[in-house]
Amino acid sequence: MKLIHKFALGAMTAMAFAATPVLAEIRLGATVSETGPAAFLGDPEAKTLKLLVEKINAAGGLNGEKIELFLYDDGGDPNKARTFATRLVEDDEVQAIIGGTTTGTTMSIIPVAEEAKIPFISLAGAIEIVKPVKEWVFKTPHTDRMACEKIFTDMKKQGYTKIGLISGTDGFGASMRKQCLDVVASYGIEIVGDESYGPQDADMTPQLTNLKGKPGIQAIMNPGFGQGPSIVTRNYAQLGITLPFYQSHGVASNGFIDLAGKKAAEGVRLPGTALLVESILADSDPQKPVVAAYVADYKAKYNIAPTTFGGYAHDALAIYADAVKRAGSTEPKAVRDAIEATKGLIGTTGIVTMSKDDHLGLDLSAFRMLEIRDGGWKLAE
Amino acid sequence: MPELMQFLLSGVTVGAVYALVALGFTIIYNASDVVNFAQGEFVMLGGMITVFAHMAGLPLPLSALIAVGATAAFGVALNKLAIEPARGAPVVSLIIITIGASIFIRGATQLVFDKQIHRFPAISGDDPIHVLGATILPQSLWIIAGAVAIFIGLWLFFTRTLIGRAVLATSNNRLAAQLVGINTNWIMTLSFAVSAAIGAIAGVLVTPVTMIGYDFGISLALKGFAAAMLGGMGNPKGAFAGGILLGLIEALTAGYISSQYKDAAAFIIILAVLFAMPQGLFGKKSTDRV
Repeated sequence: MKLIHKFALGAMTAMAFAATPVLAEIRLGATVSETGPAAFLGDPEAKTLKLLVEKINAAGGLNGEKIELFLYDDGGDPNKARTFATRLVEDDEVQAIIGGTTTGTTMSIIPVAEEAKIPFISLAGAIEIVKPVKEWVFKTPHTDRMACEKIFTDMKKQGYTKIGLISGTDGFGASMRKQCLDVVASYGIEIVGDESYGPQDADMTPQLTNLKGKPGIQAIMNPGFGQGPSIVTRNYAQLGITLPFYQSHGVASNGFIDLAGKKAAEGVRLPGTALLVESILADSDPQKPVVAAYVADYKAKYNIAPTTFGGYAHDALAIYADAVKRAGSTEPKAVRDAIEATKGLIGTTGIVTMSKDDHLGLDLSAFRMLEIRDGGWKLAE
Repeated sequence: MPELMQFLLSGVTVGAVYALVALGFTIIYNASDVVNFAQGEFVMLGGMITVFAHMAGLPLPLSALIAVGATAAFGVALNKLAIEPARGAPVVSLIIITIGASIFIRGATQLVFDKQIHRFPAISGDDPIHVLGATILPQSLWIIAGAVAIFIGLWLFFTRTLIGRAVLATSNNRLAAQLVGINTNWIMTLSFAVSAAIGAIAGVLVTPVTMIGYDFGISLALKGFAAAMLGGMGNPKGAFAGGILLGLIEALTAGYISSQYKDAAAFIIILAVLFAMPQGLFGKKSTDRV
């Protein structure tokens, strides 16, 4: 009886093996935060990866080889991210990893990728990921520091020299505030007021009242994330403050205009990516075709417009695919070298040109200075 | 002077939000000595259900009604499915059950609705009202009015109605209450329904100011709980005063000292008050018969 059982099991296993299609030759790993507190970042990223891998495979794959995607959901937990990264390397034997939705999860994947010597393209913001440069680590999103620089460049152009800062105390707001304070002096701009608010606060009028009263203040800037900046924008209108108002890339989405209200958001300036303003890009814009194709594909499959965060995953896969094509193989070392030699690759966040010392490859032109007019986006340059 | 006025108005705006949430803790606490940590989730459900009913095309007042009714039903379900089966368990166990319920409701909301932040239009628009050089939003007045109305309602309920007294009796001594003919199970169910409904009303009123998302309940409940402790747990007067006071402390600290220390100042004052008056500002001294 037992023997028969064993035979049956053996036969079934054999059948299962037979049923599996021929294994894909490009084994691509990914761990993103599809659920958990960073789900609004990780969810579009996962969707994007699935969509684009499908699309590449439908078009015949890379160098004639199909991609098999091993996608895990780490729930935003760095411990899980590390476990999944190890699993990707040891069990799934992937040739590259894309992922690390948050800076925390990215930091825990880095040692695994470095040790296994496979390329890792991160989707998280912090500058520490690529500075100092690590041999196998790359990233696609621009950094907070670049957002600060973009905003200060615009302020300088407008002739503002005394500004106020009101930042959220959440991770994003606190980190961006620090980066901004680091670079502000080189633009000849002085911070005359530096206020903060809790990420769940319901009213920021006291802080804004204080900023408004600072002598000589010419503009106010709000690094923040989530609902905070929407409430600050509403309070700004409530107090009738007429100073120019800058928001950060943390709220560069249509959701921000809805939450803050068309009237309150009128005239707010912020740095955003080409993806956000796809419909108003000039036809001559080099990013237009890439961005338009991505938006159309994403909408067709998921019925909603993609976000900036999905765009990060788009660019990561585009960089990898481009490198594999140029290297002519999927051997990790060759691909790594090819990624480092990426030149003029047009992504949704910007045009990527990497080098030995720059594993991000974006410059300030990746950001567009946007202004909210009549509840929509206008290019402000 | 306009600065002080603005700080005060901001304090009252925020304080009224805290007071509304704090009032929701009162009934369940009075009926069972249980601090319901799912109270913030009731507030969140009130806001989220209204948002989605409104997005589905229903008029706002009807959406709000549905939200309050549905949340009250959730309250009843919570009592029937989780609290009542654990009847006889110590209060601490019941509190832990409410924490579990809050995690469950959060997870379910994120699946059933979504993970985005939402808002719906304020009742009387967004044009600020000017008072002595400062401004306040009309919605803040609605929140204050809502808090006052619920406060008066609760106060009348506990002091003037038979059912209210039955709730207090159940809390004092469940067995004795049963002996004099009070249906204590029904009282518990009622208290969960009313607490959930109050939470939902709070959610409907505050959403235009605070916005709402599936995970907004925790922080609202935390501040509401702090306000209730400050004023005296179980006392509607305490919940109301505690909320407004907490809001004022935060706003004045942010205005005159530093916005960095706003939360710290509030919690230091709460600690100091509880140190001197462990029952809170309006709490009654507890006497245990041996």
